[in-house]
Amino acid sequence: MNIDLTIKTGRNINRKHRIKSTIVGWSFVILATIMICVFYFYPMVQALILSLQSGSGANLTFVGLKNYARLFNDPTFLTTVKNTVIYLIIQVPIMIIVALFLAVLLNNPKLKLRGLFRTAIFLPCVTSLVAYSVIFKYLFSEDGLINVMLTKFSLISEPINWLGDPFWAKVTIIIALTWRWAGYNMIFYLSALQNIDQSIYEAAKIDGASPVQQFFKITIPLLKPVILFTSITSTIGTLQLFDEVVNITQGGPGNATMTISQYIYNLSFKYTPDFGYAATVSYAIVIMIVFFSIIQFKVAGDKNE
Amino acid sequence: MSNLKNVFNYTVLTIASIVSVFPFLWMVVSATNKSVEVTKGRLLPGSHFMENFRNLLDSTNLVNALMNSAKIAIVTTLLALLVSSLAGYGFEIFKSKTKDFVFNFLLLSMMIPFAALMVPLFRMFGTISQIFPSIGIDTMTAVILPTVTTAFLIFFFRQNTKMFPKEIIEAGRIDGLSEWGIFFRLYVPAMKTTYAAAAIITFMSSWNGYLWPLVILQSPENQTVPLLISNLGSSHYPDFGMIMTAVVIATLPTALIFFFMQKHFVAGMLGSVK
Repeated sequence: MNIDLTIKTGRNINRKHRIKSTIVGWSFVILATIMICVFYFYPMVQALILSLQSGSGANLTFVGLKNYARLFNDPTFLTTVKNTVIYLIIQVPIMIIVALFLAVLLNNPKLKLRGLFRTAIFLPCVTSLVAYSVIFKYLFSEDGLINVMLTKFSLISEPINWLGDPFWAKVTIIIALTWRWAGYNMIFYLSALQNIDQSIYEAAKIDGASPVQQFFKITIPLLKPVILFTSITSTIGTLQLFDEVVNITQGGPGNATMTISQYIYNLSFKYTPDFGYAATVSYAIVIMIVFFSIIQFKVAGDKNE
Repeated sequence: MSNLKNVFNYTVLTIASIVSVFPFLWMVVSATNKSVEVTKGRLLPGSHFMENFRNLLDSTNLVNALMNSAKIAIVTTLLALLVSSLAGYGFEIFKSKTKDFVFNFLLLSMMIPFAALMVPLFRMFGTISQIFPSIGIDTMTAVILPTVTTAFLIFFFRQNTKMFPKEIIEAGRIDGLSEWGIFFRLYVPAMKTTYAAAAIITFMSSWNGYLWPLVILQSPENQTVPLLISNLGSSHYPDFGMIMTAVVIATLPTALIFFFMQKHFVAGMLGSVK
């Protein structure tokens, strides 16, 4: 009888304690969870519903998958996808190679002025996207400083119409993006490099591995998780590109530099507002992000085996 | 051989540094020159900074935009630090299967592009406007709320909480502190560096925010600094000297933060991959 009672109360206290600690635990995380649900997941569901509707402004009617069918016959959409993919497959690899290369150079402990070099290369990260875009717009204008210098050093005979030519405008955007983000990615590689045990390299040297072999056989495999991380974040960033293009070229000439994000903005707030179709286009970005992330995980995973 | 390699290394790094720094120098130099001189590609500092600055003050509402941006960035940063550190701590210390699932689910939001959220969020705040105009479209609150909580920052705090010694929590419990007491009186003061890094990252991204303010803010008196610069940059008869002055002023706060807190800033970014 007596024993029974103690067990019961013991259990009760235990249960009470458990419930209390569960409540305390959830109270710490609940606000953030609600905020993310309200400002990320709920709008995503709303966008899905919107993408099945059509009409201007608030007068929306359900049209099923018609918006999705429209995507494939919309030349502007196809151009923006093409532009975005071009930025992605050219700019992201260039930037990652530049960042990796600079990180390896900076990782040399005997290097003098290391801190100075690192700070200088990292400096572009402090600028706002709008501010640096405006700077690049003027640097690359037809009578701008870049053309002045290139002609002065006789690298070109007449000024390049950087922002007015479909090809050079894309090149300008790629140069601008690389300038802004290479240093940012470099910092991640630098920290990963500093975590590698130097004795691995010494052992490889004794085994007769050349510096190039060491780089491809030791450095790259060990940095793989960080390279995966930076390439996925850069991919997501590039697929959402907006500020730079709007402020350097306004998407022009024609639609030669326009990105998907800018097109969504134009569809919603610049042209006659078509929220339904804009939401459909935005799902195209979601699908592309998922697609490219899976590819990158697959590529990284294969090397693992 | 080794010497040759050294020369190569230093040359590459010097070129990379010059390329990185040059646009900054040009921006600062241009802010001191007249518009014509900027377009001619003058590379020497001039004496027209005050004139450019006065023109900027006369033709734009710069002070107001700076105040708006500062207000938004400071409030966002404070709220973001509170909400995300609570969550990061909570997910790590009060671990459970359900919480791990919720945490992973929240991480998925990092894959959602802002362009996909823009229209639904705009409509959401449109609806709110009809009931509470003070937090609806064209208000500071509408700019701040969606950017306060990011999965990245929660993740960042959770990663850093792993380094917080569990013995301190036990000691706090034995001394009779409540779980909230442990958080605010033991955890917060001990994690100063983590908070500093998170504050820098959040302040910078909020100060530089462009697309969402562009969508949600409409009246000129609510303009933020990036919106003001974007407007100046797209004018038909740009005063280059004046625009460069505006760009310098807009970059100054984040550049200063970077210089004084470089260590924390770098540490903060590294914390996200550890």
